[in-house]
Amino acid sequence: MEMLWFWLVSVMVAIYVVLDGFDFGAGILHLFVAKTNEERREVLGAIGPLWDGNEVWLLAGGGSMFLAFPKVLASGFSGFYLAMWLVVWCLMLRGISIEFRSHLRDGLWRHFWDTTFAVSSILLPVLFGAALGNVLRGVPVDGSGYFEMALWTNFRVGTHPGILDWYTVLIGVFALATLAGHGALFLAWKTEGAVHDRARGLVMKLWGLVLVLWIVSSYATSLVNPGIFQNLSRAPLGWLATLIFLAGLALVFVGTKQARPLLAFLGSSAFILGILAASAACVYPVMLRSTLDPAYSLTALNASVGGPGLRAGLVWWLIGFPIALGYFAFLFRFHRGKVKAAAEGEGY
Amino acid sequence: MGDPLFWHRLQFGFTATFHYLFPQLTMGLAFIIVVLKALGLKTGEARYNDAARFWIRIFGINFAIGVVTGIPMEFQFGTNWAQFSRFSGGIIGQTLGMEGMFAFFLESSFLGLLVWGEKKLSPKGHFGAALALWIGSWLSGYFIIATNAFMQHPVGYALGPDGTLQLTSFWTFLLNPWALVQYAHNMVATVVTGSFVVAAVGAFWSLKGIHETQARLNLKVGTLLGLVFSVLVAFPTGDLQGKMVAKHQPVTLAAMEGRFDSGTHAPLTLIGQPNVAQRRIENPIRLPAVLSFIAYGSFSSNVQGLEAFPQDQWPQNIEFLYYAFHIMAGLGTLMILVMGLAALLLWRKKLESSKAMLWTLMLAFPFPYIATTAGWVVTEFGRQPWLLYGLLRTPQGGSPTVNAGQTAFTTLGFAGIFVVLGILFLFLVGRELAHGPESHAEKA
Repeated sequence: MEMLWFWLVSVMVAIYVVLDGFDFGAGILHLFVAKTNEERREVLGAIGPLWDGNEVWLLAGGGSMFLAFPKVLASGFSGFYLAMWLVVWCLMLRGISIEFRSHLRDGLWRHFWDTTFAVSSILLPVLFGAALGNVLRGVPVDGSGYFEMALWTNFRVGTHPGILDWYTVLIGVFALATLAGHGALFLAWKTEGAVHDRARGLVMKLWGLVLVLWIVSSYATSLVNPGIFQNLSRAPLGWLATLIFLAGLALVFVGTKQARPLLAFLGSSAFILGILAASAACVYPVMLRSTLDPAYSLTALNASVGGPGLRAGLVWWLIGFPIALGYFAFLFRFHRGKVKAAAEGEGY
Repeated sequence: MGDPLFWHRLQFGFTATFHYLFPQLTMGLAFIIVVLKALGLKTGEARYNDAARFWIRIFGINFAIGVVTGIPMEFQFGTNWAQFSRFSGGIIGQTLGMEGMFAFFLESSFLGLLVWGEKKLSPKGHFGAALALWIGSWLSGYFIIATNAFMQHPVGYALGPDGTLQLTSFWTFLLNPWALVQYAHNMVATVVTGSFVVAAVGAFWSLKGIHETQARLNLKVGTLLGLVFSVLVAFPTGDLQGKMVAKHQPVTLAAMEGRFDSGTHAPLTLIGQPNVAQRRIENPIRLPAVLSFIAYGSFSSNVQGLEAFPQDQWPQNIEFLYYAFHIMAGLGTLMILVMGLAALLLWRKKLESSKAMLWTLMLAFPFPYIATTAGWVVTEFGRQPWLLYGLLRTPQGGSPTVNAGQTAFTTLGFAGIFVVLGILFLFLVGRELAHGPESHAEKA
């Protein structure tokens, strides 16, 4: 049961990254691929009806972690205190910038929100990537089940690293490049004209960068957490996940070569989903690895709430999850086809 | 100031209070928009859809601020209240998780269709989007109230071997009697907020002499719903909520009323200043034996005063609790009077010619916001000194690794962001008000 919930939480987080990832990606590229007001409204029109629902996966995933592994949530959130609030503030400003930009037909107003949207969209993947880096590297959890970390110390990994060190920043940059590539594929799929052409032009460069960063990050991960990949060979799910992300990566290049943007976008979705699932398989059952003593690590077993709560949660989860997927299927169908900027006053 | 707990409490109280200014209008308006869209479908008259279109625009702005100010609420459980989350996450994580799964997905999926989709959807489809937003936002309200109800009156749990709470009965927890009563009281209050806002806008346009048809419609809808729901807030829901407090938190009732001594035929204090040091109410105006009747249904019931409880179980800020409760109840009464009078004038067809009533309606819209905020102050300060009533004291719930400086810093950060959001909200809503409703006939 604990193992099942470990995977449910991991899958929800991975779905979150895939879905909010493409609207983050659109934000990262916003200022570069869309130059005129019309073009920027096209980008916002493509993600506008979807971004809020995408972000709910973060809350739903967080909620699932809360009900199943409250000790991990309590320790992680309070340990990363300041970084958490940076994330929250970026999420807040980003949401407002998408929703409020269209309200005034004024150049300065729109330029302000475009920049806010782009900057918060760039910071968030770096922070989320750094968070993943912290999970993979480990944090100084002690016997009380808590830890305290500065935003940065000397940028070296060790028993008392900062939230940002060379390794977590590297993972942050890897996440930034990946989501930028993911967003470029989304925009290439959903838009036409100049936005499409610019996004399409960036795809190969970005995914070339992703390929390089993936190799560098994997090597770096084996340095900061030796033995992490040994788990992978023992877990069939890990093999499956690895297969999925490698196939996804191949699809990105094949789809782009054949000018089939949807195929390439599905490829990048599979890449993200797979690489996160493979990471989860690597660390399982550990959720917060202690850099002080492996005995202090918070795992799916020692941090779970126990059977009755997990069983009750599973029942409604199994009802709610298909309903949520149904909404998304409906939304993507309703907004199918290439997006066009709506008339002023009638859309983003 | 060097005490982290002080800052944790200030931050949660401040962010929750600011946040809830928005969802209460979201939930109230969602209901009113459904009513307007239903009337539009039924009668086929354009004015109902025109009114709905205007309120949907306000709804969109209000909803966006509600969403972004809500994000920090979810995070604070982990960041600031780690020990509380660790202790009770196995229980309250259920409702917080369900809120995301059953309410937020529904709301976020249909918001875009409601705000931007009127032309793309059929009239029935657009009504469906309004319905989805209403159901979603009211479900969300239930999950939050159920979470709060567990903190007020914990049920359906057991203490696990590792010293944390475990769920024993999902349905007992979800259908906590406290949650049902508190939900009814709270949701009825959101419609009061919505009605006062709708009536105020109608009064504003009426006084300016613009948008005549819409001014009349808004005044009518706001006044009628306002009267019905202001009454429902007091009776039966407020009354039931009071009896719930009397039954499960008698010490809170004593503090809310500033009642220090026990006894039968307890009077209801309408006004007066509590003097906690000398344990009495100064300059009181009282209704004899009414408190006994309200709390327990008989004039001769014994209502315990604070002296009947050990002092370490008293809510710490008795004065604040007392005043908040009396402001809520006083404004609640005033709101019934205002809406009653307005409804009377409406019935006699004199509302639009009564300048004084229009001015009153236009300026009365903050009343439900103040009363609702005061009501939540009563709920949350009344629960003190407990974080989980009878199970976990507030000082035991904070994050052990977070210090006062960090929380002070982030609280100030929120203050800054909220000022900006507040100004943006007023600016954008002000523009919509000046712009007024749009008729489809004009546009086409």
